[in-house]
Amino acid sequence: MQATFLLIVLLALSAVGYYLGHHRSLAVSGGRISHLHSLPTYYGFYTVLWCGIPALVLFALWMALQGTLITHLVISGLPADIQALPSTELHLFLNNIQNMVSGNIVSGDITETMNNAAAHYKSLHSISGLLLTVLMLVLAIGGILWARKNIVPERRARNIVEKTVTVMLVLCSTVAIFTTLGIILSVLFESIRFFQQVPITDFIFGVNWSPQTAMREDQVGSSGAFGAIPLFVGTMLISMIAMTVAVPIGLMAAIYLSEYASSTVRAIAKPLLEILAGIPTVVYGFFAALTVAPFIRDLGDSVGLQVASESALAAGLVMGIMIIPFVSSLSDDVINAVPQSLRDGAYGLGATRSETIRQVIIPAALPGIVGGVLLAVSRAIGETMIVVMAAGLASNLTMNPLEAVTTVTVQIVTLLTGDQEFDSAKTLAAFALGLMLFTVTLVLNIIALSFVRKYREQYE
Amino acid sequence: MDNVATAEHTDFEENTIAHTSDMGHSTATVSRDVRKTVGDIEAENPRMICRGVNVHYGDKHAIKDVSVDLGKNEVLAMIGPSGCGKSTFLRCLNRMNDTIDDCHVTGSISIDEQDIYDKSMDVVPLRAQVGMVFQKPNPFPKSIYDNIAYGPRIHGLVEDKEELDHLVEGSLRKAGLWAEVSDRLAQPGTGLSGGQQQRLCIARTIAVSPEVILMDEPCSALDPIATAKVEELIDELRENYTIAIVTHSMQQAARVSQRTAYFHLGDLIEVGSTEQIFNMPRHQLTEDYITGRFG
Ligand SMILES: Nc1ncnc2c1ncn2[C@@H]1O[C@H](COP(=O)(O)OP(=O)(O)O)[C@@H](O)[C@H]1O
Ligand SMILES: [Mg+2]
Repeated sequence: MQATFLLIVLLALSAVGYYLGHHRSLAVSGGRISHLHSLPTYYGFYTVLWCGIPALVLFALWMALQGTLITHLVISGLPADIQALPSTELHLFLNNIQNMVSGNIVSGDITETMNNAAAHYKSLHSISGLLLTVLMLVLAIGGILWARKNIVPERRARNIVEKTVTVMLVLCSTVAIFTTLGIILSVLFESIRFFQQVPITDFIFGVNWSPQTAMREDQVGSSGAFGAIPLFVGTMLISMIAMTVAVPIGLMAAIYLSEYASSTVRAIAKPLLEILAGIPTVVYGFFAALTVAPFIRDLGDSVGLQVASESALAAGLVMGIMIIPFVSSLSDDVINAVPQSLRDGAYGLGATRSETIRQVIIPAALPGIVGGVLLAVSRAIGETMIVVMAAGLASNLTMNPLEAVTTVTVQIVTLLTGDQEFDSAKTLAAFALGLMLFTVTLVLNIIALSFVRKYREQYE
Repeated sequence: MDNVATAEHTDFEENTIAHTSDMGHSTATVSRDVRKTVGDIEAENPRMICRGVNVHYGDKHAIKDVSVDLGKNEVLAMIGPSGCGKSTFLRCLNRMNDTIDDCHVTGSISIDEQDIYDKSMDVVPLRAQVGMVFQKPNPFPKSIYDNIAYGPRIHGLVEDKEELDHLVEGSLRKAGLWAEVSDRLAQPGTGLSGGQQQRLCIARTIAVSPEVILMDEPCSALDPIATAKVEELIDELRENYTIAIVTHSMQQAARVSQRTAYFHLGDLIEVGSTEQIFNMPRHQLTEDYITGRFG
């Protein structure tokens, strides 16, 4: 609450700073902009930077450190006997105090010491808040004054502003990169912990998946099996079914839209097709589980086939439908990028429309189409919701699309949902699966992108 | 040279005034009417006959009542300021405009007494008969061999591989490209230089044995040396084909063509022998254009 208020005040001050800087630059130049190194706007932003950045940095540091500092002070203000408690109990005590301050339920009785400590905590908190407000105001106003004093016609405000903007942009992109890196590392480390408990060869080459671990030493039938092959086979099976649906339909749709459809049809049909991509996967999931799967089962029954009520076929079909817009819109893009001159060349030789498409356009667009399909495959492999709902949990090692199978993503979900200890092989297995999945899709994406890039080069 | 049309005669649409040119080399009558083509639209030995051709792009009237013949073994050059409809007219001759949604062609264009816009006309053989070479070289992203073989294959012109090899070699020879590419037929056509690519496209067109070849600014993307080669080639091809070439270079028109047609804002202003057009233009607009006062 206080933080929001401070930031709003800072924003207002920045606005004032902009105005002052702008004004000041005009004043020092005697109203002639040509005497200034930069446009007045840049002097405005220059002032804003001086006003905002130091105050923001202070704010960030304060927010990061205030908690630790206050806790430290509270502890040192506690009676010696409590300070001497083992760290877990001390931790509990502090937790209780924080709960008291924020008005939550406290475990155990409230003692005099706790009341005192809470009061101490409260007062430290308000002092800290007050101090922060004062310091930020000083920094912001000081920044404005400093910048204002520094505005002379020779000041290279534009260069300074541009450079600061560049630095901020770089920082933002670094955040994205570091997040990715962080995710990879955390998955990697957890996987390593898993592989310390289960040999990596058992994981990669094992054909049994039954992730049970013993709660007690003497439990029966508790030795787990962590062979990932059934999961990957299940994933492949479903992805293959999905691609068998999505690639032909998506490609044909793209060809129709880009080569045959009139511009009016195209303007209506293309967005409609792309709506498919906007349907939440949960919706696809229950469509698969409640409509498609029973339909396939009944159909199978009527021709005397045994179909599980949750089947790879149902999940794969629906996933294929979900992926159609990926394939079609990527293919549509690359087909449109084939230069008109090639079409003219083929038509000029007397090729019919379908000959032109089959023999000239598709071959020319092929690398791009392959790239699009690979991206769609990696999407299919990573898809979770539909398979959770429609493919089942049984880790059958089978290529029969009429049976229930399970996929890597489904198993990750089941391993991690519910209350879990985070150091058993069972939960750590999820990270190992995640790592494998990530590696596979990463490789697919790299291959896909290199295809797409090659395709682009061809027509530049 | 002095301009004969001075400021007091800017209203070209109004009337046809006969007056004498003071250009020294001519005493011909100069026309100012844009609605009536000046000169002889008929060729001695016509291969294609166009009468009253109009083209609309949606509401835009791009070609206005154009009539002209393409003569056998003759190169017809089409010149005119850009946007005047040269490409549009050229593309009518093999119905390439069919591929443009809102393009509408009326009038009659016939080859061998057969109207090409007749319902019974099939564009597939028509385009084999009337081939086209484009402004920007556009080889298919296939091998040199397959580029040439493409047309014969889709039209079923050859029986076996040997015959096809023969045809490919013959076409490349006619296009003067054989010596340069005979040892790299399997390499992609897109890897050739611009001039070679354009000659490859000409060879590709020749491979389906057309009777008429349409060329839309075939040299505008080429350097002078490549241009000279293509011009030489056009001159040789004239022996066996009827050629119509759009060009924005008047020197090129003068070098390669026997007849020249001058277009202006969708009207065919003047047709005549190339020599006459460049030395003794009979229409004010033609004269302005070739003397560089306009365009
Ligand atoms: N596909 C098209 N759609 C609409 N108008 C076109 C199209 N192609 C050409 N035009 C118009 O028709 C006129 C003639 O064009 P074009 O034949 O390309 O001229 P040129 O080849 O002589 O430069 C121009 O005004 C042009 O804007
Ligand atoms: Mg043109």
